[in-house]
Amino acid sequence: MFNRGSIINIRGIGHHIVDGVLRFGYSARFIALTILHSGTCFRRPRLIVRELYFTGVLSLIIILVSGLFVGMVLGFQGYQTLKIYGSESALGVLVALSLVRELGPVVSALLFASRAGSAMTAEIGLMKATEQLSAMEMMAVDPIARVVAPRFWAGVISMPLLAAMFSAMGIYGGYLIGVVVIGVDQGSFWSQMQSAVDFREDIVNGVIKSVVFGIAVTWIALFEGYDAPPTAEGVSGATTRTVVTSSLAVLGLDFILTAFMFRGI
Amino acid sequence: MERSTLDLWVGLFVIAGIAALTILALRVGNMSGIASGKSYQLTAQFTNIGGLKPRAAVKSSGVVVGRVEAINFDNGKFMAKVTMNIDERYKFPTDTSASILTAGLLGEQYIGFEAGAEDKTLANGDNIQLTQSAVVLEKLISQFMFSKAAEGDPSKAAK
Repeated sequence: MFNRGSIINIRGIGHHIVDGVLRFGYSARFIALTILHSGTCFRRPRLIVRELYFTGVLSLIIILVSGLFVGMVLGFQGYQTLKIYGSESALGVLVALSLVRELGPVVSALLFASRAGSAMTAEIGLMKATEQLSAMEMMAVDPIARVVAPRFWAGVISMPLLAAMFSAMGIYGGYLIGVVVIGVDQGSFWSQMQSAVDFREDIVNGVIKSVVFGIAVTWIALFEGYDAPPTAEGVSGATTRTVVTSSLAVLGLDFILTAFMFRGI
Repeated sequence: MERSTLDLWVGLFVIAGIAALTILALRVGNMSGIASGKSYQLTAQFTNIGGLKPRAAVKSSGVVVGRVEAINFDNGKFMAKVTMNIDERYKFPTDTSASILTAGLLGEQYIGFEAGAEDKTLANGDNIQLTQSAVVLEKLISQFMFSKAAEGDPSKAAK
């Protein structure tokens, strides 16, 4: 009934699953090791500052520009819908809540994954392919403490800052379209926003989300780079996997976090 | 890239990030509200709270004087028990009445205080006696419809 080919295919499925579980376990061990070996980079903060420049400062432009545009689009679309119910003054609430709760953390994490995460994977993968990591080990320099840990902490620090800037910029974009272009009343735009957005429930939860996304994206990016086959093909495959896996992880985690945070409201 | 330029950029980045968070907290959120000041607690019983939620505003003459802390069900009186935190700067007479009002037609519900004439003021833990429940829109509509239907009754129109 079964020919040889289909049995091999079934075996392939099992192999994929076992391989996935193995890689997950290995990546968990990798991140635990990274956190354990972070002492060096906290004693030498310059290592983190250098990585903050590459992950944070260089991602700034794309984050700010897309934040502005997302906010402006929200201003237009929100106005179109709210106009039907005669509640254009709630435009500020719509823009602020959707940015602070969801779009800010999620979209900036997706942009961060494709802008900074892919660069991290490519850099570490290439370091491995050109045997720089092995050379460090030969010189008794721990590559995890020297190369991986500073990048991890830089990612974790810069992600919430980038998300906050994205949200602030988006709210400004919504203000620009809603108040300046369309002409919603400025006072009700801000005051309704202020009475609807809660510091603990909305802003702090948004920051918690972006910290979790920062950990997830940098973890995946660093692990894919560290685990990449040391060939040109391997590094390019790892970079692609970083973007795909971390985007999916961000969206999945966002669902779980939203379900926990905003269940009762 | 020189070390000092790099530090400058990272410093600017971190400052901009913290500034964005501060803007979100102060300009967008309601952190600048009463949260920081000292407050005292009052309670009030309502037969129906409608859609009142914790953290809803407590207003007097339209000015926010406090926030709803908690809403519970009083199983002795079978009424809703609302606990409010009122800013310590504002004192109200003991015969102040509290009513649940709606901002706009379908807006958020809040508690409105109408000050009385007594000299004594409410202190921490006091209970407000005079309360007025939320207006339930369905009841209002059904009352309106019944009165309209009674008007259009042919037996009454004939006489």
